[in-house]
Amino acid sequence: MEMTNSPIETDVVIIGAGPCGLFAVFELGLLDIRCHLIDILDRPGGQCAELYPEKPIYDIPAYPIISGQELTDALLEQIKPFDPQYHFNQRVDEIERIGDNKFRLKTDDNQEFICKNVVIAAGGGSFTPKRPPLPGIEDYEGKSVHYSVRRMSDFEGKDLLIVGGGDSALDWTLNLTPLAKSVTLVHRRDKFRAATDSVNKMMALREEGKINFILGQMTELKGENGELSSVTISGPEGETEVNCNCLLPFFGLTMKLGPVANWGLNLHENLIAVDTEKFETSEPGIFAIGDINHYPGKLKLILSGFHEAALMAQKVNNYIYPDKKVVFQYTTSSSSLQKKLGVK
Amino acid sequence: MPKITFIEHDGTTNEVEGEVGMTVMELARKHDIPGIEAECGGACSCATCHVYVDDAWTAKTGSPEEMEEDMLDFAFDVRANSRLSCQIKITDELDGLIVRTPEKQF
Repeated sequence: MEMTNSPIETDVVIIGAGPCGLFAVFELGLLDIRCHLIDILDRPGGQCAELYPEKPIYDIPAYPIISGQELTDALLEQIKPFDPQYHFNQRVDEIERIGDNKFRLKTDDNQEFICKNVVIAAGGGSFTPKRPPLPGIEDYEGKSVHYSVRRMSDFEGKDLLIVGGGDSALDWTLNLTPLAKSVTLVHRRDKFRAATDSVNKMMALREEGKINFILGQMTELKGENGELSSVTISGPEGETEVNCNCLLPFFGLTMKLGPVANWGLNLHENLIAVDTEKFETSEPGIFAIGDINHYPGKLKLILSGFHEAALMAQKVNNYIYPDKKVVFQYTTSSSSLQKKLGVK
Repeated sequence: MPKITFIEHDGTTNEVEGEVGMTVMELARKHDIPGIEAECGGACSCATCHVYVDDAWTAKTGSPEEMEEDMLDFAFDVRANSRLSCQIKITDELDGLIVRTPEKQF
C-alpha cells in the first residue's frame, strides 16, 4: 500500500454524500462541473442511510411517501450521468486555500484533493463511534481503548475485552480470537443483533471455551498511564472484574461536528453561517448546504438542502467559468441539458 | 390532558401536560426537558432519548418491541425499566406517568 496517494484534481469536492451532497452533483453537473464526494460512512445516503433507511419520509415534493434508502437510490440514479467519484470511509480533516479559487483538502486517510470550490454538505457532522460515559475513558483512548480496528496485528497477544452485540462486536470477536491471548465478550443481554451466521460462530467459540462471555454492562475502568488493567462488569450475577489490557467498545455512531470547527469559517451555534443567495460561507469559494448551514429562517429539511444546492451551483459556475454567458435552461426543453443527462 | 412527570438525574422535577398521540420524547423536546437529546428525531435509531419508567408504570407503558430492544444496546446503564421515550405513545391511561432521565445520554 502506498503511504501517500497522489493528489486528486477536480472542479468541486463535496464533503458529505447525503441527499444534499448527492443532489449538488446533479445541479453542478448540468453546468458541466465535475465532482468528487467524500464521506466518513462506507456508503452514500448520510443520515438517510445510517439512521433511517427503512423509515418513510413524507415531505419530499412529489413523493407522498419514500424511505431513506429509496430516496438515496433514486438520487444515485439521477446523478449517474455525471459520473461522480465517491471516496468513502474518509473524513476531511484539513482545508487550505492555495491560490485564487484553489483549495487543497486532506483526509484522515492521507488522500489529498485539489479543487476550485468546496461544498460542505456534512449534515449533522461526522458520524463517530460513541464513547461510553465511563470516568477517565479518554485517558486510555488510542493506547488501550479503541473504537475501530485498523490493523488486526495491533491486537496480537492482547487480553481483549469486546463490548457490544451487533455486527462490529461479533465480527471482531471472530476475527481477533485466533490472534489475541484471550477474548472476553460482554453484552447486556443474551440476544445479539448481529448476522445469524456470526452469532452461531460466536456461540461455537463459547462452547469450545475459546472465548469468555459475560452478561452485563461496564461500570468502571482500572489501570494507569493509559494502560488498562481491568474492567468492572455489572450483571445479573453481580460484579465481575475482568483483567484485560485492551478494550473495544461498540455502541454505534453519533454525529459530531468534528474538524469543520477548525476550518476558520464563521459559525453560528455549531452551524456554518451562509448567505441565502449563494449559500457561500465566510470564506469565498467554500459553500455549505443542507443541515450543516445556518441563515435566518433556516429549516432543516431535505427539500431546503435541494434548493440550496441549486443556488450554490450558479455561483460555483460563475467561479469556474467566469466568462461563460449564463443562459438559464429547463431540463424539460433544453436539448443541451438533455444531452448531458443522456436523454435519447 | 395526561400529565407526565420527568425527574432529572439530580432530582429536579418537571410536570408537563401531554397530548394523546404524541410520544414522550416529543413532549420532552417541546418543553426542553434536559437529559433527552433525540438525535435521530424519533426514528428509533439512536438511543439518545433513553428514560427509566417509574416501576409503578412499567405495566402500563408495556415493554420494548424488538427494534427498540436492539436500539437499547446503544444506550448506557440499561435497566429492566429502560425505554426509548420516542417509542412511548401518550394515552389517557398514562395520565400521571413518571419517567426518570439518565445522568447523560450518550
